[in-house]
Amino acid sequence: MDIALAKKRIEGFQDTPGALLPMLHALQEEFGYVDEAAVPLLAEALNLSRAEVHGVISFYHDFRHHAPGRHVLKICRAEACQSMGCNRLIEHVEKKLSVKMGETTADGNFTLEPVYCLGNCALSPALLLDGQPYGKVTAGVADALIENAQRQSGRQA
Amino acid sequence: MKIYVPCDSSAVSVGADAVARAISQHAITKQRPDVTVSRNGSRGMFWLEPLVEVETPKGRVAYGPVTPDAVPALLEAGMLDGKAHPLCQGLTEEIPFLKQQERLTFARCGITDPLSLADYIGNGGFRGLERARSMTSDAVIEEVVTSGLRGRGGAGFPTGIKWRTVAKAQADQKYIVCNADEGDSGTYADRMIMEGDPFVLIEGMIIAGRAVGATLGYIYCRSEYPHAFRTLQRAIEIGREDNYLGSAAGFDLHVRLGAGAYICGEETSLLESLEGKRGQIRPKPPLPAIEGLFGKPTVVNNVISLASVPIILDKGGAHYRDFGMGRSRGTLTIQLAGNIKQGGLVEKAFGLTLRQAIYDFGGGTASGRPLRAVQVGGPLGAYFPESLLDTPLDYEAFAEKKGMLGHGGIVVFDDTVDLAQQARFAMEFCAVESCGKCTPCRVGSTRGVEVIDRIIANRDREKNLQVLDDLCELMLDGSLCALGGLTPYPVMSAVKHFPEDFHARN
Repeated sequence: MDIALAKKRIEGFQDTPGALLPMLHALQEEFGYVDEAAVPLLAEALNLSRAEVHGVISFYHDFRHHAPGRHVLKICRAEACQSMGCNRLIEHVEKKLSVKMGETTADGNFTLEPVYCLGNCALSPALLLDGQPYGKVTAGVADALIENAQRQSGRQA
Repeated sequence: MKIYVPCDSSAVSVGADAVARAISQHAITKQRPDVTVSRNGSRGMFWLEPLVEVETPKGRVAYGPVTPDAVPALLEAGMLDGKAHPLCQGLTEEIPFLKQQERLTFARCGITDPLSLADYIGNGGFRGLERARSMTSDAVIEEVVTSGLRGRGGAGFPTGIKWRTVAKAQADQKYIVCNADEGDSGTYADRMIMEGDPFVLIEGMIIAGRAVGATLGYIYCRSEYPHAFRTLQRAIEIGREDNYLGSAAGFDLHVRLGAGAYICGEETSLLESLEGKRGQIRPKPPLPAIEGLFGKPTVVNNVISLASVPIILDKGGAHYRDFGMGRSRGTLTIQLAGNIKQGGLVEKAFGLTLRQAIYDFGGGTASGRPLRAVQVGGPLGAYFPESLLDTPLDYEAFAEKKGMLGHGGIVVFDDTVDLAQQARFAMEFCAVESCGKCTPCRVGSTRGVEVIDRIIANRDREKNLQVLDDLCELMLDGSLCALGGLTPYPVMSAVKHFPEDFHARN
């Protein structure tokens, strides 16, 4: 983590009331996760103890402790998606990527995360790939999305 | 020639962006400068998304579902001139799903460009605010009390009474907080309003601010809704540019992003989170209306509650109250979800039965298999069997059947569902999302998963069913908030209505 850059992002919210969540989102947006090294910076900026900052980071599911893969795939596993077979879809994707929910592939290409409802419950099952929503996702659609993303990162590399 | 392609994230999830691009490209290559593509909100008929509408002299003509692959053939068939095609649904307003609704809160959603103030004002926007400005703050509150509006987030507390409490409180600063942490599975009405008609929410919050004497508002939007968050950010900027918001207007507004904690939909947790803390619930009293955000008197209302305020002020509280039944007044935004043929948003006066919603509007299951269970009200709502489908959608009628209307989401399951697994999931979800403040919820949910696992594995089944019953009673009576307190609803309703999934398996 670039400490100077982290400090700059934190300073941007110095005058915001209740600033810790906006600061954490800014750090995660910048670095993809919230580095342990950011804890003392946040504590100092907000006059909190490091324990308090740690407590907040660990409370929320969103904040990652490690850098994610190049692509983040969030699959909904709430009830509406369950009624349309999301558990089978998740099994299929886990097998295809050889990871379990919450893990990153060995090549660093994908992080697979569960999400509880994307508000796309009339077009279940639903997922979010790098922030882009997809609905009525079949195993075939998921395969195509994954392969397309793999090709993209192949080109970048 | 105006063509409408929704920018709603659900429509985008099935290709609306690609469809809009293809139509724009076609207009360029075929030299049709008369064709403009406008991005509207969603009409809420999601099985037809992407729903493309074409403006004609007779009204808007709908085509759907228009997948990106279907675009070339549709253009060839003359879609841009409203010509016939198997995907043509006729005039949008005449589609029975839409025609049979009573759209008050969603009057504009899907018709306008969500970020066009001209569209908003041209379709009745800010009339409620204008009327509120001509009234005393007490009269505004009385109008909301008269309407009978009850909190649409799920608790059903009378909105006007809450406002009255905050108005009476003395403080140097008061806040309006919009709970946009719509975490219940099967619900998307808040998202649709935020993405499809954000100014109606902003107008509702400005009116609330005037009524109770608050000068600052926050919208707490869940992070799972990145599109809604961006739309709100932009709408607030536009509101400031046109002096509806900002210090000169006497009311300013900020949108904040949640961080993936379901519990932050509970109002005191949400306030903690807004203050930058762990989203742990606060014991009540004190009520947020007396000591809320940063210890100041705070109105905390759901998106749909606040978005219903402008029409109540515009048409009068009595007009709104005349819809509905019993103590549930006005309209309910029903969200049909899960295994349903025609999933979508139905705004209708309270009193429609579950069966009418699922069959008359929803057309039954998507899979075509028999319906077996329905979960109403999100992950804390009860599972109802077929025999309870004649229950009217009304707060009291649902409570009588040991269910909960919640935020109006209806998730349909066909006969492949295993209710023991659903009960297990309810406990698992509670364990994942518990804030940890009280023991019945924090520990009870984990023990609940273990007990259900034993029941499923047929280990001392009858004894463990009794343990589960005791545990649920304890969670119901002993939890501090609705998460631990209502998780027993899906669990016990599953055991009660679907005993065959618990007793007779193996």
